[in-house]
Amino acid sequence: MFGLLTLKAVPLDVPIVMGTLAVVALLGLAVVAALTYYRKWSYLWTEWLTSVDHKKIGVMYIFVAMIMLLRGFADAIMMRGQLAMAEGANHGFLPPEHYDQIFTAHGVIMIIFMAMPFMVGLMNIAVPLQIGARDVAFPFLNSLSFWLFVAGAILVNLSLGVGEFARTGWVAYPPLSELGYSPGVGVDYYIWALQLSGLGTLLTGVNFLVTVLKMRTPGMKLMQMPIFTWTCTFTNILIVASFPILTATLALLSLDRYLDMHFFTNELGGNAMMYINLFWAWGHPEVYILILPAFGIFSEVISTFTGKRLFGYTSMVWATAAITVLGFVVWLHHFFTMGSGANVNAFFGVATMIISIPTGVKLFNWLFTIFRGRLHFTTPVLWTLGFMVTFTVGGMTGVLLAVPGADYVLHNSLFLIAHFHNTIIGGAVFGYLAGFTFWFPKAFGFKLDERLGKCAFWCWITGFFVAFMPLYVLGFMGMTRRLNHYDNPLWHPYLIVAFFGAVLIFCGIAFQIAQILVSIKNRDALRDHTGDPWGGRTLEWSTSSPPPFYNFAQLPTVHAVDAFHEMKENDTAYLRPASYSPIHMPKNTAAGLVIGLIGAVFGFAMIWHIWWMAGLSFIGMVATFIVRSYNQDVDYYVQPDEIERIENQRFPREAGHSHNRAQHAQQLAQEV
Amino acid sequence: MKTELYLGYLKRLSWLPLLMLGGCNMTLLDPKGQVGMDEKSLIITSTLLMLIVVIPVIVMTLAFAWKYRASNTKATYKPNWSHSTPIELVVWLVPCAIIAVLGTLTWTSTHELDPYRPLDSEVKPIVIQAVSLDWKWLFIYPEQGIATINEIAFPTDTPVNFQITSQNAMNSFFIPQLGSQIYSMAGMQTKLHLIANKPGNFDGLSSNFSGDGFSGMKFQAIATSEKGFADWVAKVKASPKTLDQSNYPELVKPSENDPAQYFSSVSPTLYNSILMQYMHGPSTPQLGAGNKDEMQDMKNMHMPMNASIEE
Repeated sequence: MFGLLTLKAVPLDVPIVMGTLAVVALLGLAVVAALTYYRKWSYLWTEWLTSVDHKKIGVMYIFVAMIMLLRGFADAIMMRGQLAMAEGANHGFLPPEHYDQIFTAHGVIMIIFMAMPFMVGLMNIAVPLQIGARDVAFPFLNSLSFWLFVAGAILVNLSLGVGEFARTGWVAYPPLSELGYSPGVGVDYYIWALQLSGLGTLLTGVNFLVTVLKMRTPGMKLMQMPIFTWTCTFTNILIVASFPILTATLALLSLDRYLDMHFFTNELGGNAMMYINLFWAWGHPEVYILILPAFGIFSEVISTFTGKRLFGYTSMVWATAAITVLGFVVWLHHFFTMGSGANVNAFFGVATMIISIPTGVKLFNWLFTIFRGRLHFTTPVLWTLGFMVTFTVGGMTGVLLAVPGADYVLHNSLFLIAHFHNTIIGGAVFGYLAGFTFWFPKAFGFKLDERLGKCAFWCWITGFFVAFMPLYVLGFMGMTRRLNHYDNPLWHPYLIVAFFGAVLIFCGIAFQIAQILVSIKNRDALRDHTGDPWGGRTLEWSTSSPPPFYNFAQLPTVHAVDAFHEMKENDTAYLRPASYSPIHMPKNTAAGLVIGLIGAVFGFAMIWHIWWMAGLSFIGMVATFIVRSYNQDVDYYVQPDEIERIENQRFPREAGHSHNRAQHAQQLAQEV
Repeated sequence: MKTELYLGYLKRLSWLPLLMLGGCNMTLLDPKGQVGMDEKSLIITSTLLMLIVVIPVIVMTLAFAWKYRASNTKATYKPNWSHSTPIELVVWLVPCAIIAVLGTLTWTSTHELDPYRPLDSEVKPIVIQAVSLDWKWLFIYPEQGIATINEIAFPTDTPVNFQITSQNAMNSFFIPQLGSQIYSMAGMQTKLHLIANKPGNFDGLSSNFSGDGFSGMKFQAIATSEKGFADWVAKVKASPKTLDQSNYPELVKPSENDPAQYFSSVSPTLYNSILMQYMHGPSTPQLGAGNKDEMQDMKNMHMPMNASIEE
């Protein structure tokens, strides 16, 4: 009846897990109680859960990403704690079977369920506004993408309390991830969590590509799109081209595990090397999927807060294009030590290095944007400067790893761990946090507290260096990744220092949470009345904060890069049209939510081999999708009188915009 | 008791200078063999080359940010300046030039340091076959006819030709102080050529995660004189234990943190049968689809093989 699922699947004997579950259950109960007490269920349902508004979906993505950041960080600090203890006779507090799940979960969560949704969330909030669109091309699909991602996140978290997670490392290389060596449900949780959320990501990629190609506001040429939109577009190209590889690879692994096939096992002529190649054919582009939008955010931030056009816009776009293409021909550098010939290794090594050229160009372009500008040291700028320093180091160690001769000794060492955290934290995460602070007022109508934001930044960056510089050293001392115990006393002090680094990063996260809470409390003082709190240059700042649900009452006409800046220069920014035309908008739908949640049930049933439930839920998903497809009542028109009413509310606020802007520039100057 | 506690603190304090002068303990920067030495100098050269760009970028970031801070109203402010052909040329060409140099260095060094390339030496190489098991290393000396678990020895200044495979999960064979590592994969053989130019006991390990017992999957590599090596072989040969296809399955059973073990003799076909256990047909090993009979054969994991393997 319940497949492999029995009561034994709940680890009642593991205090860490049961304690965590108890806390989560209490928090969950508190949230449910609060929603009921304040009668917010219907608000939550109509305004958020069933919304197809890209801004709200973006906010929900980031909300889940932040929760997953806490989960992923809890894993991280347990690992650092274990390694700060487990030297010689001391075996730490985590036995291998638990520790191995933790590092696997940490990797999967941080990449797939923290960084990806954070990036997709920012893209959702900013891209349609930047191109002067009223929503994405397929609003329902956008909601479906989000809920499929949530389904994956549910499965990953469920594995904590029911059964186990994979113990293979986040790459799940066979034959270790095959039934012979991983007979439990851990790898199945991994497979279905990634499949569901990966499907969501693929749909997002398609959706935003069509949006950018078909829904730009009148006059906006491709080479006039804001740079963040450009970098997201390249990211979406990468998503569309690479995520199907992941889906296919995991499907083959599933066939091995479920139907006794042998794609990646040695029996019957299968070969694990195929998995490793396929995995990285997705996995390497994935790295650029994460970092390119962050590059876009830094460009926007630097140009806005220097009050200056971005240096070398065209160079930036082509550099991003080059990275996108090259990102597909470097995957083999993840396994130089597999025994490929010297020509093959040298080719992939050199190809990898070539990527550092466009990346270097980007760094120089940011530098020359600051050059002869007026740089305001706001929180997003601090993240950007921190990134420029940190990422340069990470880029250098990356190129070093791309030299096969160096990789032969550095591969799989803690040097590698330090390198990719250097680029993912110092690059992607810093970028997302900059973007979060930058667009927060646009999404919510009030700014975030600057002082706490700066505290968070300083904790993060010092924490990063304290946590990961020792790891570079340990790599040179011959320490490999994924150890849960070691005998070398010389490593011990470095691992203790690294643990304190992780504690500092925790302070950074705590300040970040405090910043959000304090800012909500002081929201009236931090309110952005103009819609343009930073002296922005692109279209998202031309509408109010938060924007009306239709974004723009009248679609703006664009003639140049930095369209809104140009409008402000020409005094055409806040002109009101004589009359409004009806606006075509999509209706809310629960279909995405329903399909996503049934998807989670389907994944769960597949993981536990509960075939009847899997069959029913699969039919449920398809049926819901078909029913939704036949629903003709999916859109409506906002009538001019309603638009007029909403616009009247916003224009008195912005009437004194020129006055506000002068005041604002002064304020910023004082903050420095 | 108290003194012990204080001694403990003192011991811990003595680490402080190590933290600062860690260089002396950095295995990879203190190589004991030619391969490792070449890799060390490659790492240093590449790093220095990259610092040509990296240091200016970091310095410029901090300097520009400070000079063009908003409160410094004396600095030039050109809000619409966004293009300069000379600057664009420099920012494209300088990284290109550095990568051209580094790329050339990469191309040549990758060929020179190719783990498959036999080392240039007058001395006749010694062959060691390595098999990764859950979670220990089996070493076979085909020429000496001996086998060990988690310990190898070889004379200094003698090239060592490793032939590497795996019984089960993928591992990576690595002796940090001697240089390169290479994966061990079931049903396949990888090769690695190393040499020790100085005597010593070096830590060997697996650097690719292979399951619960992975952390303890360590071995000792002893580089010693010709005589020392001969003595070591004699010591192994004195062991009462032997190894062949009949007791190999016992060895395959997962175990953790195994001490060194010696086998005075080893079946000359054992390594081949481990390597070829997934192949079928007596002399024409072929991957690919099989009929029912062949599938039966494959279930017989330790079928003796006549198939010869190159080299």
